[in-house]
Amino acid sequence: MEYVLLTLAVVMGVVVWWILRQTINVKPWVPAASTEAVDSGGVRSGLDVGNPLRPSKVALGGFLAVSSSIFALFISAYSIRMEYGDWRPLPEPTLLWANTGILILCSVFLHSAWVNVKKQNLGGIKVGLALGSLMTVAFMVGQLMAWNQLVNSGYGISGNPANAFFYTLTAIHALHLLGGLIALGVAFKNVWGAVEFSEIENKVYAIELCGVYWHFFLAVWAILFTYLLNT
Amino acid sequence: MADVIHDAVDYVPPLVIEDEELYHAKTWLGKYVFSQDAKVIAIQYSVTAIGVGIVALCLSVLMRLQIGWPESFAFIDPSNYLQFVTMHGMIMVVYLLTALFLGGFGNYMIPLMIGARDMAFPYANMLSFWFYFASVVILLASFFVPGGATGAGWTLYPPQAIMPGTPGTDLGILLMLASLAVFIIGFTMGGLNYLTTTLQLRTRGMSLMRMPLTVWAIFTATVLALLAFPALLVSAIMMTLDTVLGTSFFMPAIISAGAQTDYSGGSPVLFQHLFWFFGHPEVYIVALPAFGLVSDIISVHARKAIFGYRMMVWAIVAIGALSFVVWAHHMYVSGMNPYFGFFFATTTLIIAVPTAIKVYNWVLTLWRGNIKTTVPMLFAIGFVFTFINGGLTGLFLGNVTIDLPLSDTYFVVAHFHMVMAVSPVLVVFGSIYHWYPKITGRMYNDSMARIHFWCTFVGSYAIYYPMHYLGIEGMPRRYFAYGETEFISSSSGDLNAAISIAAIFVAISQIFFFWNIIASLFKGEKADPNPWGATTLEWQTPQTPPGHGNFDDLPLVYRWAYDYSVPGYEQDFIPQNVSPAEAEKMAKRVEND
Repeated sequence: MEYVLLTLAVVMGVVVWWILRQTINVKPWVPAASTEAVDSGGVRSGLDVGNPLRPSKVALGGFLAVSSSIFALFISAYSIRMEYGDWRPLPEPTLLWANTGILILCSVFLHSAWVNVKKQNLGGIKVGLALGSLMTVAFMVGQLMAWNQLVNSGYGISGNPANAFFYTLTAIHALHLLGGLIALGVAFKNVWGAVEFSEIENKVYAIELCGVYWHFFLAVWAILFTYLLNT
Repeated sequence: MADVIHDAVDYVPPLVIEDEELYHAKTWLGKYVFSQDAKVIAIQYSVTAIGVGIVALCLSVLMRLQIGWPESFAFIDPSNYLQFVTMHGMIMVVYLLTALFLGGFGNYMIPLMIGARDMAFPYANMLSFWFYFASVVILLASFFVPGGATGAGWTLYPPQAIMPGTPGTDLGILLMLASLAVFIIGFTMGGLNYLTTTLQLRTRGMSLMRMPLTVWAIFTATVLALLAFPALLVSAIMMTLDTVLGTSFFMPAIISAGAQTDYSGGSPVLFQHLFWFFGHPEVYIVALPAFGLVSDIISVHARKAIFGYRMMVWAIVAIGALSFVVWAHHMYVSGMNPYFGFFFATTTLIIAVPTAIKVYNWVLTLWRGNIKTTVPMLFAIGFVFTFINGGLTGLFLGNVTIDLPLSDTYFVVAHFHMVMAVSPVLVVFGSIYHWYPKITGRMYNDSMARIHFWCTFVGSYAIYYPMHYLGIEGMPRRYFAYGETEFISSSSGDLNAAISIAAIFVAISQIFFFWNIIASLFKGEKADPNPWGATTLEWQTPQTPPGHGNFDDLPLVYRWAYDYSVPGYEQDFIPQNVSPAEAEKMAKRVEND
C-alpha cells in the first residue's frame, strides 16, 4: 500500500499546507482584525486577485486527484499481488512503444492548440484539436491491437494475475481517455463553426483543460508503462 | 465603553468572479424532477436516502426478531438473515448516511452558508443525484433476482462473497458491486461540485476562517470521500473481474463442492486492505459532517461562540488526514505482522486526540452558555453523550491485545452502532429539526419532536448498552442462531429478547418523526425566517424557504459565524452580513452615558 500512501501523502500535504497557510494567523473572533481578515480572505483561492482560478480548473484538479488515487491503488494492489508465487510476467508487445509515441503526439498537438489560443490563431487551434483527437483514437486502436496480439499468443486475462492486471490497467487508462474525448469533442464543436477568434474567446479555456488532462494521462501512462516493463 | 470597534472600515474586496447566469428551468419536469437547483437536489437526495434507510431499518427489525426469538419466525432462514445483515449494513453506511450528509446537507448548506447562488456545476449536480438514484434502484433490485441479495456481510470479503454457499452469489453480488460503482461515479460528480463551490464561489468577505464549521466539515469529508471511494471502486472492479472473467486477484486456490476451482494464488487479504482503505475514511466521511452540523447547532442554541473555532477547524483537517493511516485496525485478526498491528494501534490512538479536542470544545461551548433546551439542542447534547460512549469503547478495540478476544463479538456491534449509527443519526434528526423552519417555512410540532427524542435516545441505549455485556461474554456477531455453547450464559437469550423489544420500540417511535415532519409541512405554524436567532447566511435569505438563486443581492460578509452574545450588544447575535457601521447602531450605549 506504500504507493497509494505516497500519492495520498502528496495530495494531503498540498491540502493541509494550503489550509494551514490560509488559517494559521487568522483570528476571526477578534473584531479589530476583521478588516485585515477580509483583505486576505476575500481572495477566494488564495491566489492572485487579478487572475482567479476558474471553477472548472479547480474541479479538473480535483478529478485528477481522484484518478491519481485510483491508479495509485491499482499499482499498490499490483505490487502486493506480484509477491505471490504464481506471478508470471507477460511479454509486453513492442507495439506499446509505438502507442506511447502516439500518446506523446496527442499531448504535443493539444499543447499546440493551446499555444495557438494564446496567439489567437483560429486555424492552428482547429488543426491542433483535430490531430489531437485523431491521435487519441489511434492510441486506443493501438492498445486494442496490442490486446489482440497478447490474446492470440495465449495470454488471456484469467491465465495469470500479471495478465489480469495488464488488461485492467490499460482498460482503465483508455476509459479515462475515452471520457476525455467527450470533453474534447465538446470543445472541438464549439471551435469548429467559428470564423473569428473573438467568437470563441470565452470558450477556449476548455482547450487548456483538455491539454492538462491529456498531459496528466500521458504521465500516468508513462508511469504504468515503466512499471509494467520492469515487472 | 462598549466593546465596539468604531474605526473598523467596512472594507469589502472587489468582486473576484463575475456573477454567473443562473439556469432557469422552464418546465415542471426541469424544476422538480431533473432540477439543477441545489436545494431541490438536496431534498431529492434526502428523501431517497431516508426512504432506503427505512428499508434498512425494517431489515434490522427482522434481524432482531430472529435473534430475540430464535426459531419462532418461519419466514427467516439462515440465508435471509445473512442477506438482512449485509443489506442493512451497506444501506445504512453508504446509501443512507453518506448520501444524506454529503448529498442532502452538503447540497442544501454549502451554497446557502457561503453565500452562493447555487453549486458551481448545477448540471453535474443533477446527474449526481440521478446516478445515486440509479444505484439505489440497482441495489434494491438485487432483492428480487434469482438467489436474492448478497449475504456476504457489508465488507463483501472474498472468497466467500463469490463462492457457492453464500447467499446471492448468482446475481446479488454483481448487482451490489455495480450499484457501488454507479454510486461512486455519481458521488464523484457531486463531490467535485461541493469541493469547487466551497473553494471558488464563496461570497465576498467569506474568508475560509469565517465559514461555519458545517461547511468546513462537509468540505473535508468530501475531500476524504473523493480520495477514499476509489479504493472501493478498484476493489469492486477487481472482484467483478474475479467473478465474471475468472481472474485471481483476490481468489486463492480453493475447492468448492469437492472440485478444484480455476482460481489460484489470489489474496483475500489484499481485498481487505483495499476495502478498509476505503472503509475507515468512510467512518469519518459520515462522522465529520455530523461534527460540523452539531457544532453549529450547539453554538446557536447555547447562544455562545463555538469554543476554540480554529482548533475545531484544524481538528477536522487532522482527523481527515489521519483517517487514511488507521485502516488496518479493522484487520488485527487477519494474521498480520504484530509490528504492523502496533503501528496501526498507535495511529488509531493518535486520532483520538483531535477527536477529544472536538468533544471538549463542544462541552466548553455549553459551559456557562445560555442553553436553550430546544429539540435540536436535545439531539445535539444526546449526540455528545453517545459519541463519548462509543468513542471510549473505540479505545478498547483500537488496542491489538484487547481487540483480539473482542473481535467479531457483539462488543464490536455495540461500539460501531454507538459511534457511527446512533451518533450521526441523532445529528441527522437534530439538524432536520434545526433547519426545518428554513427548508419548509413552517415549524414542526414541538411536543411530538420531544417525544421522538426521548424515545430514540433512551431506546438506543437500551439496545446497545446490553450488547457490550454480550460481547464481553464472547457472543459472536452475524450468527443466525447460537444453540448450546459453554461460554454464552442462558440468560443472554432473555437479554437478546429485551434488546429486540427495545429495537422494535425505537423503530416504531420513528413514526413520531415522520408524522411530525409530514404533517407540519401542511399544518405547521408559519415559521419566522430566523427562529433561532442564528448568525449564518442561510437564515438571512430574503425568502423562507429560500427561492431559486438563494439571495437577491449576494450578501457581503463582515464577521465570522459565531458572534453570539457579544458584550455591548442588546441582541444576542450579530448575523455575518451585518457591517461594522450597522453593528454600531445595534450596540447599546449604556456605559457611555
